[in-house]
Amino acid sequence: MLTQMMLQRLMDHDRGGWVFLAVLLAIGILVPVANLLVPADSFFHIPTYTVTLLGKYLCFALLALSLDLVWGYCGILSLGHGAFFALGGYAMGMYLMRQIGTRGVYGDPELPDFMVFLNWDSLPWYWYGFDQFWFAALMVMIVPGALAFVFGWLAFRSRVSGVYLSIMTQALTYALMLAFFRNELGFGGNNGLTDFKDILGASLQSDVTRVVLFVCSVVALALGYLVCRFIVTSKLGRVVTAVRDAEARTRFIGYRVEHYQVCIFTVSAVIAGIAGALYVPQVGIINPSEFQPLNSIELVVWVALGGRATLYGAALGAGLVNYIKTVLTGALPEVWLFVLGALFVIVTVALPRGVIGIWRQLRLRENHG
Amino acid sequence: MADDPRINRPTQVDPDRVFNFLVEPPTREELINTARGVILYLEDISVSFDGFRALNELTLYIGTGELRCIIGPNGAGKTTLMDVITGKTRPDWGTAYFGQRVNLLRRSEPEIASMGIGRKFQKPTVFEQHTVHENLELAMESDKRVWNTLFCSLTGEEKDRIGEVLELISLSELVGKQAGALSHGQKQWLEIGMLLMQNPLLLLVDEPVAGMTQQETEATAALLTRLAGDHSVVVVEHDMEFVRSIARQVTVLHEGSVLAEGPFDAIQEDSKVREVYLGS
Repeated sequence: MLTQMMLQRLMDHDRGGWVFLAVLLAIGILVPVANLLVPADSFFHIPTYTVTLLGKYLCFALLALSLDLVWGYCGILSLGHGAFFALGGYAMGMYLMRQIGTRGVYGDPELPDFMVFLNWDSLPWYWYGFDQFWFAALMVMIVPGALAFVFGWLAFRSRVSGVYLSIMTQALTYALMLAFFRNELGFGGNNGLTDFKDILGASLQSDVTRVVLFVCSVVALALGYLVCRFIVTSKLGRVVTAVRDAEARTRFIGYRVEHYQVCIFTVSAVIAGIAGALYVPQVGIINPSEFQPLNSIELVVWVALGGRATLYGAALGAGLVNYIKTVLTGALPEVWLFVLGALFVIVTVALPRGVIGIWRQLRLRENHG
Repeated sequence: MADDPRINRPTQVDPDRVFNFLVEPPTREELINTARGVILYLEDISVSFDGFRALNELTLYIGTGELRCIIGPNGAGKTTLMDVITGKTRPDWGTAYFGQRVNLLRRSEPEIASMGIGRKFQKPTVFEQHTVHENLELAMESDKRVWNTLFCSLTGEEKDRIGEVLELISLSELVGKQAGALSHGQKQWLEIGMLLMQNPLLLLVDEPVAGMTQQETEATAALLTRLAGDHSVVVVEHDMEFVRSIARQVTVLHEGSVLAEGPFDAIQEDSKVREVYLGS
């Protein structure tokens, strides 16, 4: 009953959201069926490779959703959201590393291969606990959340905003990248964490595990959408949009603007961390290149292309751009960066409201014409 | 710490109350003591920006329920004065008290706003992407902490209050319209309505009739005179006709301090004022 009422508030006036969730439900059922139950020689069979690729897109869509929450609704253009994604990914990667056990090249039951290689004789303290899944799952949320909280607290309390904040977030992800490249930090340096064997006792190579991970990504994206939608349809959401549109006014009617900004920024970072944690077991590796500033900028293009402040638009944009990227890097790898640049220019100049914006405009014209 | 009312209440020791910290926080009326009939005390306020004295030992008192107009040529320090009162600018020296107890110089902007000083900006500032109703809802006096806003919904009482204010600012018919689509004058009223939603004790209104039509100006004058009495209202304005139509008391600022103060007609006759401001 209560859930029903809640759903109603979430979904009222949100036709796009209905469509989005329906599509998620459809692929969440059809893709596993087509992979596991349809025989491999059938036309309708979806190979495991494609399932994993789709799973990756879903993680990116969740990441885009988290950026849309801070950028679209709160007006904070974060150019470092990839950092939270990567931190969530590293937390999951540490768990997966500990699961390898004696199956590593050096066969050390305790230490991951790269530590044996560096002649370390014991596990650093910050790796403790990561052999437990629940602990890793908590860290996936706590580490990005805590970083966002501290960073946001310092930045928003000093009223850093606009382009200055964007540059600082960019510097944050760049600094983390440099730090994670160092072997001494204890996260595998350049190579990162890889060679994962299994998760919760299930082999990462098996089709069933892949499909389960895919379904988890679908569920996470749907839940992420509902959480974000719950936030933006509440009064909190209206305050946050008010901060975006007229920060001084919001302050003068008595809101502690910085608290709202920190709150949204932290929630968003947690969602980004979860996206990273689902991404890593599917692609099988996490390394410092995930912290690259370029990744975070690409992420901004996804959201802008899909349409800011719509949530599902961000997810759509992530899917679209990544599909183009997959096709192009396969067929014409040298063209991809030009296309990315062109997309950025086109969106800025011609599509300020993104793909969703065009669609809405067309519908508006239909209704009036 | 003199502005902390709990320190001023040593006689509150209640034998049944073992734990002192359980004493309920003071109500707003207790906090802002206006027993002397004065709501705002500004004394010897000086502010400089890079050597330029925006305010120069300014002293000003505003009575409860008073409607005061502040006039003065450009650069006289009118907006800086508003900034000092609302906590945006800290003066170099001087004192600013809200009622007898609250030291404004130690409070942040949101604190000052929630204690009951509402400010209307020179340029109408409303939340353009929100509807008229949502604008008023956001401005409403309520628990403005993050957690509360995530779960709260409007009570019947609050809806009535919004309806009342809508009536007062004559925007009842436009309740569902996006604020960005309102006319300039309507935005000004909406902003005044947003101030009223906070139940302010003191309203600071910066150039309310700039860019308004004659009709809108008259409606605004009527609105502000109606508000005085229940609220103290300070209006900064350039339009002398408008000032004449509403003001009982006028303060003239010049080069950061008070040049003259008194009823409009007396001010108009004042030779110093005529020299610097009226230009004749």
